[in-house]
Amino acid sequence: MSVKRDSLSVGLAVGAAGVAFGAVAVADHFSVAQACFLSLVLFSGASQFSLVAVMSSGGSALSAIVTGTFLGGRNGLYGVRMAQILKLKGWKRALAAQITIDESTGVAIAQSELEDQKTAFWYTGFGVYVFWNLFTLLGAVGAKAIGDTSAWGLDVASPAIFCAVLFPRLKERKMLIASVLAFIWALSITELVPAGVPIISTVFIAALVGWK
Amino acid sequence: MSSQWIAAIVTSLACYALKFIGHAIPEIWLSHPRVQRITNLVPIVLLSSLVAMQAFTTKTKFMVDHRLAGIAVALLALKAKLPFPVVVIGAMATSAIVYRLKI
Repeated sequence: MSVKRDSLSVGLAVGAAGVAFGAVAVADHFSVAQACFLSLVLFSGASQFSLVAVMSSGGSALSAIVTGTFLGGRNGLYGVRMAQILKLKGWKRALAAQITIDESTGVAIAQSELEDQKTAFWYTGFGVYVFWNLFTLLGAVGAKAIGDTSAWGLDVASPAIFCAVLFPRLKERKMLIASVLAFIWALSITELVPAGVPIISTVFIAALVGWK
Repeated sequence: MSSQWIAAIVTSLACYALKFIGHAIPEIWLSHPRVQRITNLVPIVLLSSLVAMQAFTTKTKFMVDHRLAGIAVALLALKAKLPFPVVVIGAMATSAIVYRLKI
């Protein structure tokens, strides 16, 4: 059945990026156990990368928590949409919440039949979960043998991934304006404020651009 | 407990709570068009500023270096509609080459 196959291939492709997370986390002075914990429990790529990035750039735990939580916020919004499709209660809802991410929601809402939407959500969600965790471990363990991560391009893995996530959404004019403003704003204030603030503070740009 | 563990555990709990609340929230609360427009833009601005920080700062200082080449290649690859792994690996390889040449 092609919904299952498509879902699992998304799971493998996206999950493989976990190797970058594992390696980046260890390069940024997180332990292998911490990298694996983040992939197992936090399980939200953007939040994981941001948490590691904020702390490695000298940010406090608090600014890492706030930034990571803000970035995880959209999964809550995906949850609203998925709940209408899945209509779950109890432990199944609790389980679905954990695998509610960009990919599981995206592949699900791309299907036209309700049953296919449900199948796509579970297969993509679990597919990404399994591979993301497997590759995180590989990346984290492998990073120790790598040494200078800049010499292997690991310092651009995460911004390149975010460029790829953002790129298709920037066709919309408001998205593009908000993105460019946020980019310029963050760089403009980075030397004036504590780490993490340039990122969190861009929420006002979203409010400004989205107001009308 | 190290600050890394504290950040990891608290962020994990907060993010799971958000995911769960999303599944449990009454739809009507988020139906206002303005709320929808803003919440759609929030991930965009957060990720955009995160790219700026990761690619063009070092320890909160503005810095243009080998990473610029990597990001440029990523954007070109995206423009050419190349697959996701090519975008990321292309960016990494370019950045690494520029970094090594400078040393």
